[in-house]
Amino acid sequence: MPTHTFQLNGEQVSVDVEDDVRLLWVIRDLLKVTGPKYGCGINVCKACTSHINGKAFNPCSVQVKDIRPTDEVTTIEGLADTVKADLHPMQQAWIDNDVAQCGYCQPGQIMAAVAKVKQCRAEGREVDDDAIEELRNICRCGTYNRIREAIKAGAQDM
Amino acid sequence: MPSHRATTTRERPRAERPAKHGVLHTDLSRRRFLGYVVAGTTLVAAAELGREAIFDATPSASALAVPSAPQTPEVYDLLDVLRDSARPTANLIRIKVNRDNTVSFALPRSDNGQGIITSTQMIIAEEMGLDPDQVLVTLADARPELVFNQLTGGSSTTFTTFTPIRVAAALAQGRLLDAAAAEMRQDKDVLTSRQGLITGPNGASLPFGELTTKAAAPVTQAVEVALKDQEKFTIIGKPRTKSDALAMVTGKKKFTTDLQIPGALPTVLCRAPDLNGYPRAVANLDQVRTMPGITDVVKVGGGVAVRGNTFGQCIAAVDALQVTWANGTVHGKDDDAVLKELRAAELPLAAPKLPGSLEGEFVFYFRSNSSLETNCAIADVRGNRATIWGPSKSPIAAQAEIAKKLGIPQNAVTFHVQEGGGSFGRKLFFDAAEEAALVSQAMGKPVKLMWTRADDSRQGRTHPMATCRIRANVTADAVTSFEIRHTSVATEVNPGLSEAISAAANKAPLGNLTVSESIFETTQVTPYNFGASTRFLNEVDMGFNTSSMRNIYSPDVATARELMVDQIAAKLGKDPYEFRSEFAKQARWKAVLDRVAQEAGWGKSMADGTAQGIGMHVEYKGAAACVVELDCRPETVNRKIRQARTGPRVTKVTYVVDVGLVINPRGLEAQMMGGINDALAMTLTSSLHLDDGHFVEASWDNYFYTRQWNTPPEMNIVIMDSTAPEPGGAGEFGIAATCGAIACAYARATGKVPTYFPLDHKDPLPFEPYPTVPPIPPSPTDGLQTTF
Repeated sequence: MPTHTFQLNGEQVSVDVEDDVRLLWVIRDLLKVTGPKYGCGINVCKACTSHINGKAFNPCSVQVKDIRPTDEVTTIEGLADTVKADLHPMQQAWIDNDVAQCGYCQPGQIMAAVAKVKQCRAEGREVDDDAIEELRNICRCGTYNRIREAIKAGAQDM
Repeated sequence: MPSHRATTTRERPRAERPAKHGVLHTDLSRRRFLGYVVAGTTLVAAAELGREAIFDATPSASALAVPSAPQTPEVYDLLDVLRDSARPTANLIRIKVNRDNTVSFALPRSDNGQGIITSTQMIIAEEMGLDPDQVLVTLADARPELVFNQLTGGSSTTFTTFTPIRVAAALAQGRLLDAAAAEMRQDKDVLTSRQGLITGPNGASLPFGELTTKAAAPVTQAVEVALKDQEKFTIIGKPRTKSDALAMVTGKKKFTTDLQIPGALPTVLCRAPDLNGYPRAVANLDQVRTMPGITDVVKVGGGVAVRGNTFGQCIAAVDALQVTWANGTVHGKDDDAVLKELRAAELPLAAPKLPGSLEGEFVFYFRSNSSLETNCAIADVRGNRATIWGPSKSPIAAQAEIAKKLGIPQNAVTFHVQEGGGSFGRKLFFDAAEEAALVSQAMGKPVKLMWTRADDSRQGRTHPMATCRIRANVTADAVTSFEIRHTSVATEVNPGLSEAISAAANKAPLGNLTVSESIFETTQVTPYNFGASTRFLNEVDMGFNTSSMRNIYSPDVATARELMVDQIAAKLGKDPYEFRSEFAKQARWKAVLDRVAQEAGWGKSMADGTAQGIGMHVEYKGAAACVVELDCRPETVNRKIRQARTGPRVTKVTYVVDVGLVINPRGLEAQMMGGINDALAMTLTSSLHLDDGHFVEASWDNYFYTRQWNTPPEMNIVIMDSTAPEPGGAGEFGIAATCGAIACAYARATGKVPTYFPLDHKDPLPFEPYPTVPPIPPSPTDGLQTTF
């Protein structure tokens, strides 16, 4: 069985698993890092959104063989460390706005929000309602309006 | 410390006083309640129910309107049913005072995001003078001795548990003060208690953790307690962030599939192409057993179970299975066939059709009750014992059913209730727990069973298809009759809920109704003075998997009712808001209407193709009114977003709600927000299409729940200062009034009264349906091409 090595939340990890297993299951079922959630498995609901080399991606739709040893995968568990703080400003904004209801989609929501703010900055765009409406993450509890407020607040502190 | 055994005769003072707006209050603060100090080495306080809530049930007739007689929900509604069914065993609710200055309480309810853990912390902290962080609230395991009192449904949690929890907390606090008084040799009345530190007049203080042993009772005793004056509340009514907010944003909150139970490997079922089909034979069991990562493959119940090292490998194996399937329960049927059966079952209207009658018939298509966390459970069934982990709103019923299915005694089943990732009524059912138990028994190994999204969408529970017929007879200035006939595919009511409701309903002033009729009768009220007002439900069991999805019948009935109200107003030449305000049956209901009109700027000038709409709904001991602004202009309706429904957009929602006493306004606002976004989906975009015996939709790119691009850019939620003395229900209260308002806004913006919902149900599907065999769409492999 092939061995796959990559960086997960700042640590090098190696795992023995078949090439075609999607990274979400490698992270959740084998490495027991459970922040990224299953919601559809087909890159639609975005509940598993994490970062690869600082960009948002959905590990449900990436085969583990396509991850290189130097790739840095960050899940919600490793987000705060990327800014060397106890909480990333976006996580703090989420708490300040009491965004989460059940919380199931929120790791993905926060990871997507951070990437969207970075993308807007890189493209010289405002983090406004139009930018936020590009996010596809589903929240079945329907706390979208607090998500909007939190993204705008979090962006200011990023 | 009382040295005598308190009398067991409960006082029933009639401390009722007329209050503002003619509302009758029962002054809880003057009443005494009976609690128990339970024998133990540290202090454990328990409580018994004993109260009557008096809510305003006096119709306030206006000059013109023909008063309607009180309808059942005005005097006895579903919340009362659930409370009264809980009465006999509520004395088993216990608060434990720990040595480390915390108190523990195992809440016999299920939190799936509605925030009842936080509000329960607040209630206990308020009564005991603690910081809510000192109160540790967990979800209780299934406790069969609680009988009906471990059921989370009908937005009843706070209503049913508020007073008993307060009684236990007040008793614990009193015992701790007694112990401190004895220890400090001071009179109890001169002690103060703050954040668990009890301080005497000389400044000496004792943390209550040190007093719990002294306050404990060697034998269980009954004690009378009085509750804190509501005027002195400092925690209840103040906004508080959810206690698990930090855990949720850091990924530390554990859901069922996040738990690491030794040996409980991922498990997925291969399910039939037909709804509720089942396997006859499997051609390649042995071959699939050798697939990478797979440990077990077993034909069980409604499918073929696959257990393996990762869910991904289980899914691949499921899709490789070659199964011969038996037909399902609605084989070959489609939406039209179901609708035809419903129409044939519609009950007749009683009032004669007159030349001035207004009539409407509305159709509501199937909607998915899937939450974002799919059905899941962990089961370890070995020998004659079973241990289950999973979210459940009715764990006692789950425990009983699982025991029956496994052929073991109920007390051999342990059910650990986990926090769920959303419920909306779905987790009243325990399909995954039952399945996991059977699969674990068949394999002889622990399993972590999860439904895939396609399973949840296609085979999961639904809000049933229904029709709603309304006839109103209208004179020159009044409504003389208003009749509702709701005809629905049968809504399954979970055994736990049905036992509770049927037990209480048979004793209540409801007559001899079925469970569904009882729910309908105790939740639906036509809140206007419309003369002879009748509301009847007829249900047809057609073999669908349904559930009491968030707000049950109300979103559909409210949509139909409010559309007809607008038509009546138009016939009488009145403005929709002014008509509702004039005909509202109670002052408290009129107040929410008047407030929403004022907050929303009702009647302001709107561009062509856009309109305001208004709706009202009365339920859960409260009232809600909503005004939306809806944009139906072509440039909005036709905007393109990939894999999405766009259509008319709600641009602004103003929502005013009176739920009685508010525990946590921040949490209540969250519940309303969620309900409003539910209402958008129910009314505009999200439905299941039945075709050839199965639902077409297999995932979130087929089923168009509200997304960021649908949600209203402006949302103003106003919580009324309530005159009611107790909390009502909140969890589902954002939906129905919003549904009505959206439907009315659509009719006003387009000039067309819609006759079916959601509005886009008959539009061409904006997707190519996934195949039913293999049952699970394979995961893509191009995820690195869509980074941002």
